[in-house]
Amino acid sequence: MALPADPTLFTLADARDAVTAKRISSKELTGAFVKAIEDARPLNAFITETPERALAMAEVSDARLAKGEARALEGLPLAIKDLFCTKGVRTTAGSRILSNFIPPYESTVTQNLWDAGAVMLGKVNMDEFAMGSSNETSYFKPVINPWRAKNSNQALVPGGSSGGSAASVAGFLCLGATATDTGGSIRQPAAVTGTVGIKPTYGRCSRWGVVAFASSLDQAGPIARTVRDAAIMLRHMASVDPKDSTSVDVAVPDYEATLEDGVKGLRIGIPKEYRIDGAPPEIEALWQNGAQWLKAAGAELVDISLPHTKYALPVYYIVAPAEASSNLARYDGVRYGHRAAGVKDIVDLYEKSRAEGFGAEVRRRILIGTYVLSAGYYDAYYARAQKLRTLIARDFTEAFKTCDAILTPATPSPAFGLGTKSDDPVTMYLNDVFTVTANLAGLPGISVPAGLTSDGLPLGLQVIGKAFDEATVLKVGRSVEQAANFTAKPATWWRV
Amino acid sequence: MSVDKDTVRRIAKLARIALDEERVEPMMNELNQIFAWVEQLGEVDVAGVPPMTSVVEQRLRMRDDAVTAGGDAEAITANAPLSEDHFFVVPKVVE
Repeated sequence: MALPADPTLFTLADARDAVTAKRISSKELTGAFVKAIEDARPLNAFITETPERALAMAEVSDARLAKGEARALEGLPLAIKDLFCTKGVRTTAGSRILSNFIPPYESTVTQNLWDAGAVMLGKVNMDEFAMGSSNETSYFKPVINPWRAKNSNQALVPGGSSGGSAASVAGFLCLGATATDTGGSIRQPAAVTGTVGIKPTYGRCSRWGVVAFASSLDQAGPIARTVRDAAIMLRHMASVDPKDSTSVDVAVPDYEATLEDGVKGLRIGIPKEYRIDGAPPEIEALWQNGAQWLKAAGAELVDISLPHTKYALPVYYIVAPAEASSNLARYDGVRYGHRAAGVKDIVDLYEKSRAEGFGAEVRRRILIGTYVLSAGYYDAYYARAQKLRTLIARDFTEAFKTCDAILTPATPSPAFGLGTKSDDPVTMYLNDVFTVTANLAGLPGISVPAGLTSDGLPLGLQVIGKAFDEATVLKVGRSVEQAANFTAKPATWWRV
Repeated sequence: MSVDKDTVRRIAKLARIALDEERVEPMMNELNQIFAWVEQLGEVDVAGVPPMTSVVEQRLRMRDDAVTAGGDAEAITANAPLSEDHFFVVPKVVE
């Protein structure tokens, strides 16, 4: 297959093959992305660009390639969500409170990528502390979705919280990006930007060095252009890690090797509770198409029930803020981060530093979390939510007795306009209605681009699998990708 | 269940987040909107259901009780807004 003339249009797999065959050097490839990032500043996808570091890493890669010592991701340029600590490179979590934080250590996930030879282009924008579904809560201003509706110049959100990751992949500013997903923050932005995003099983990737939001839900994963690219990246992000006791010691398979095995004989569950009132008919039609594609490829469709689905979002909005209020207690204006000036005593220092350092959504969630954990309310809210969470996980255990993977829509709508949903927190939260269940149950889920709305905006389908069965999730995702044959690209309007 | 203004002031105090008096009422309204929405969790019978404590079944690994890092005060205080001789500096807390 002929490669595109512009190397920024390569898939990660194409780039790997081209670099290995020495048809292009890592330095040329990296240089092309550095230029693309400069040209794309109107998208506001990057918080910190690191072009010098990228070109230095590319030179090291080229030297290794010349000596025949190439590693799995040798010389391939990636973007890193600004939630992953990178040694010596500012890591902000999208927050004012960490706007000057320079980690003295490297996250395990990024270290794994550098050990595999990957090149860092910079740190990408995100909702503050990963709390948001539109990238509008970032202290560093929203990211703009590379996609626009037909005949419209309206700025659309890229989803969130990994909005910078999704926009930089969709806008051809990197070959792939790291991301994290606490309630849908990989899959939802992937769906609304026409990219592929996989959240692996809880424990698959180490959380060490990833700025914590809700520790029992947070999980890292890639956003990429194709299912194959996501499979390649995930394999090199995942690892058991002595520094994260919740990372799981289960061998990481070569996901790429089984990617094309097909879905013949697989049982695909279709959960009736994912039909929601008021969802656009295009979402429902896309879902039915997806089911028929898998059937035509040899899968068997099975009707399943996940009866506690409707409680997943409210459970999430108790559990996640509770954990966040505890995790974010560390930001005190003393050891690192923003410190308020002109304070009268230590309590005043804490209260003013935190009020100035956290944005509105983060403050709101810390207060919710503090309340649901406070004396007298713990049982009514937090303990009840954790019991509901058990029931939600049991729904999946039951369903997987009759199916091997589950197909659902990824989002209830395509990308929406900047500023159109930010007034009402509950309306914003509903963006994660299809994705949050997999976080609560710890299961792997992928979003794959599957079609366009009549307005020309991308929509995704989600595949949820059994714990540690990312291989099946990717295989089914690949089958959807093949049938959907999604080839649309956003027009590069941002290049002036 | 809903929160009143005093409760909002109290949880802001517990969370150590300064809340200007004119922000108390809007915050109360926002929180009550969210609490009204999560109220539906009350309709499920959870008698006898154990709360989830670990999402993936696993036994936490033990490691050797050994010092693996430390002794690097320079790196630890490098990000401090105010430090002196490898100590964090705060307003006076003891009279």
